[in-house]
Amino acid sequence: MTCTDFLKQLTDYFDGQVEPELLAEVQTHVRECHHCEVVLDTTRQTISIYREHEIYEFPAELRERLHAAIMKKCTGAR
Amino acid sequence: MPAIQSPATEEIHPDVALVARAKKGDTAAFEQLVRQYERQIFRVAQHITQNREDAEDITQDAFLKAYEKLDQFQGNSKFSTWLVRIAVNESLMRLRKRKTSKIVSMDQDVQTEDGSIPRDFAEWRPNPEQLYGQHELGDILRKTIQGLPPGFRTVFTLRDVENFSTEETAEALGLSVPAVKSRLLRARLQLRERLSRYFRQKSGGPIP
Ligand SMILES: [Zn+2]
Repeated sequence: MTCTDFLKQLTDYFDGQVEPELLAEVQTHVRECHHCEVVLDTTRQTISIYREHEIYEFPAELRERLHAAIMKKCTGAR
Repeated sequence: MPAIQSPATEEIHPDVALVARAKKGDTAAFEQLVRQYERQIFRVAQHITQNREDAEDITQDAFLKAYEKLDQFQGNSKFSTWLVRIAVNESLMRLRKRKTSKIVSMDQDVQTEDGSIPRDFAEWRPNPEQLYGQHELGDILRKTIQGLPPGFRTVFTLRDVENFSTEETAEALGLSVPAVKSRLLRARLQLRERLSRYFRQKSGGPIP
């Protein structure tokens, strides 16, 4: 398996959807190729860091204002 | 919220009853749906447009559209997926209208190979949370996602920030499953590459 082949499997690998026969090859490649091991690890960290951090604030004041505006628009519409 | 669901289960989502009541003109039921999803819709719009005022407008417009088109909602998909789809369309339309913006199309930026081939193979040790404070980390994450082409940013937002399944993302964006997977891979690799500039292990000891 080449590094390019490995990258093609990366999304399925994270989803646990790699075909069983291919999975062994993917795992062997990661063990033997340091570059792909790093790419796998840092991509995993990339996903989890965005998943775990709320990067845009949604303060209560904004929420109340937005909520009121939505309800006003909608109930005024019918 | 789990992304995986078995098609065999006949479990009815609590939104179904709320939508049915809202269709009959029950404002309280609709308001309940607004409460449940306003934060998510705002977040999606802000991720895609990268602009807080636009995101506020889009959130209002998306709920108004949903309210007006409620009769057209058939219940084949989840209400939240349908609502997010409306918000995504509004967001992309807003980007197109911006005079300064480049071409915004879900099909266009798939050609961009740039940054999709890994070049930085440095490890992230210690992990980013140990390197940066919350505030600075937030700045880095915002700046980095801002640099992604809008089409990639949109797929990444639904799939990895909102935890949609690949199928739900495809449905919300009107893309095929392979198209979502291809964009997702490029988005993740581009973000990884850009974040590596900040998080890569520094030779010569800790960051000053
Ligand atoms: Zn490799």
